[in-house]
Amino acid sequence: MAVVTGAPRKVVETNRVIAPGQTSGGIDDVVNTPVLVGPLRTPTWWWLLFGVSLGLLGIYLIAIVRLVTVGVGIFGNNQPVSWAMPIINFVWWIGIGHAGTLISAALLLFRQPWRTSINRFAEAMTIFAVVCAGLYPILHLGRPWVFYWLMPYPNTFGLWPNFRSPLTWDMFAITAYATVSLLFWFVGLIPDLATLRDSAKSRFQKLIYGALALGWNGSARAWQRYSRAYLLLAAISFPLVLSVHSTIAMDFAVSQVPGWNNTIMPPYFVAGAVFAGFAMVLLLAIPLRRAFGFEHLITMRHLDNAAKLLLGTGLIVVYGYGVEIFYAWYSGVEFEVFMAYNRVLGSDHAWAFWALIACNLVAIQPLWFRRVRQTPWALFVISIFVSIGMWLERYVIIVVSLTKDFLPSSWGNYVPTFWDWALYAGSFGLFGTLFLIFLRLLPAIATTEMKEFAHHDAHHGSDAYEAIREAYYRGEVRA
Amino acid sequence: MTAAVARPDLHGLMAEYDTPEQVLAAAEAARKAGFQQMDAYTPHPVEGMDDALGLRPTGLGYAVLAAGIFGAVVGYFMQWYSAVVFYPLNIGGRPLYDWPTYTVITFEVTVLLAAFTAVLYMLARSGLPRPYHPVFNAPGFERASRDGYFLCLEAADPRFDPGATRTFLEGTGPVNVVEVVR
Repeated sequence: MAVVTGAPRKVVETNRVIAPGQTSGGIDDVVNTPVLVGPLRTPTWWWLLFGVSLGLLGIYLIAIVRLVTVGVGIFGNNQPVSWAMPIINFVWWIGIGHAGTLISAALLLFRQPWRTSINRFAEAMTIFAVVCAGLYPILHLGRPWVFYWLMPYPNTFGLWPNFRSPLTWDMFAITAYATVSLLFWFVGLIPDLATLRDSAKSRFQKLIYGALALGWNGSARAWQRYSRAYLLLAAISFPLVLSVHSTIAMDFAVSQVPGWNNTIMPPYFVAGAVFAGFAMVLLLAIPLRRAFGFEHLITMRHLDNAAKLLLGTGLIVVYGYGVEIFYAWYSGVEFEVFMAYNRVLGSDHAWAFWALIACNLVAIQPLWFRRVRQTPWALFVISIFVSIGMWLERYVIIVVSLTKDFLPSSWGNYVPTFWDWALYAGSFGLFGTLFLIFLRLLPAIATTEMKEFAHHDAHHGSDAYEAIREAYYRGEVRA
Repeated sequence: MTAAVARPDLHGLMAEYDTPEQVLAAAEAARKAGFQQMDAYTPHPVEGMDDALGLRPTGLGYAVLAAGIFGAVVGYFMQWYSAVVFYPLNIGGRPLYDWPTYTVITFEVTVLLAAFTAVLYMLARSGLPRPYHPVFNAPGFERASRDGYFLCLEAADPRFDPGATRTFLEGTGPVNVVEVVR
């Protein structure tokens, strides 16, 4: 335990957005103490997880060295399945990132106060997931060192990229997304870094956090511009996050491959991204609140709300599966009809479709029940199912569609190689390493926003409403 | 006689309050008493503080709008110029001027420029990054990022008088009032 050692910690579980009676100083202490303690007081669980992550990161680096020295032939993809694990993993990771932006931007615009406790680590999750995702298409290029040829830049060849290609759109969308997410995250961090600077004990910490805080002093003039800039960044990020996965969906939808050429792809991809992302938010939040003792800040309300969003977006995604099959039939195109048949009942890959249905449709059904939504371990298990399900979804869309497209003579199968799996396992190491460093060096909860919210909740919050809500959930009041 | 002449090293007088409501009321009172050179320092934005201090609305929104429009024009022009004028590619005989395919990148460039402008404008107009500011010399100012709410009446204000201003601040119910030296 980072904060308390020895005596068992009193866990305050509540259904409110924040447990009552929080003070500004109290929030700072509980969030910032684990960040500011010396290296020797780093908790054991951190070192264990960091060791595992570094091990996986080593595998990642070995796989990259192998890729660069030997070439893309180390992967299992070939004609006709020329897009396989690297693109599946790319779409999977970038989808995970979407929940972070949605929490920080969309929920801010919709004035959902529960976003405040979880936006910081969810945004960190976004950035690190985008890093993991963005490396895949680059590594998949075959000659990753010339990836910048995708960008328009003055070059001696006199060449321009093809702006009508979805792959060029993709490059722009991901670059913009990564940059704006990083800006948004950093702007949110500035006042918190100032808090760390002011409460740091060692000169080294003061220096580092002081430099990063840019000299923030909390002046009303600065707050005025800060609040406006933050709001506008949210307003900019919201359509951006919708555009990113829509653009990735267009990588598929703009092509003619049966199973890809489908107008439902953009909205269905966005819903899938939010679905996968909220699963990852829960996978991170549930251990995090326990390890740091954040139960009074990341409360049952957060888990409950995230679970509801998981259920809602999950049902949209499942609707998408239905529409794909309907659309195949309705189009009357024999290749589309065959694709749908092969996907659902074909001999080679039907297992993937039915496993996907089991993960993304069946496994989320318990979320209709409040008792499940408020049981952290159950949410954790369901979130693992959803993460696997969303990986399988991309497998079904990408691999199964490509194995059997038009001419039976050009059909082929796909089997991932050791290096496909090594690069995938290694990407968890990259994500884990970055996320653990973040947890150790930066506050996992946006303390500034929490203080503002705690003050608002204490003085202007509707206690009567919260009391009725609690009583309703305890079964004492009927709706 | 102004105080700034009498005490060239004096930045102002800083009062500390326990709650955002108190600092808001004090700022309101100071503005009504005619002070203009003043600023509040708080751990989080305090609603109504802009009006209490008499701050003019920020022009940040207009700058972001202008940057967004500029980004849209530049992004669209870049694609049109490359695809139609400088480097035409015949792809399946489709028209070179193909605006629907330009929309994604136009949007992304718009967003990128708008976001950078929002952040850089906020930092630049707030004078950040700035490693030194006199208010950091005030004793106990480290609470301004934690749970202290501060109001600083600056010596540059024509109404500033070390004695009278201190009396005024003490009348607003602060925890304490301290001098801020440069």
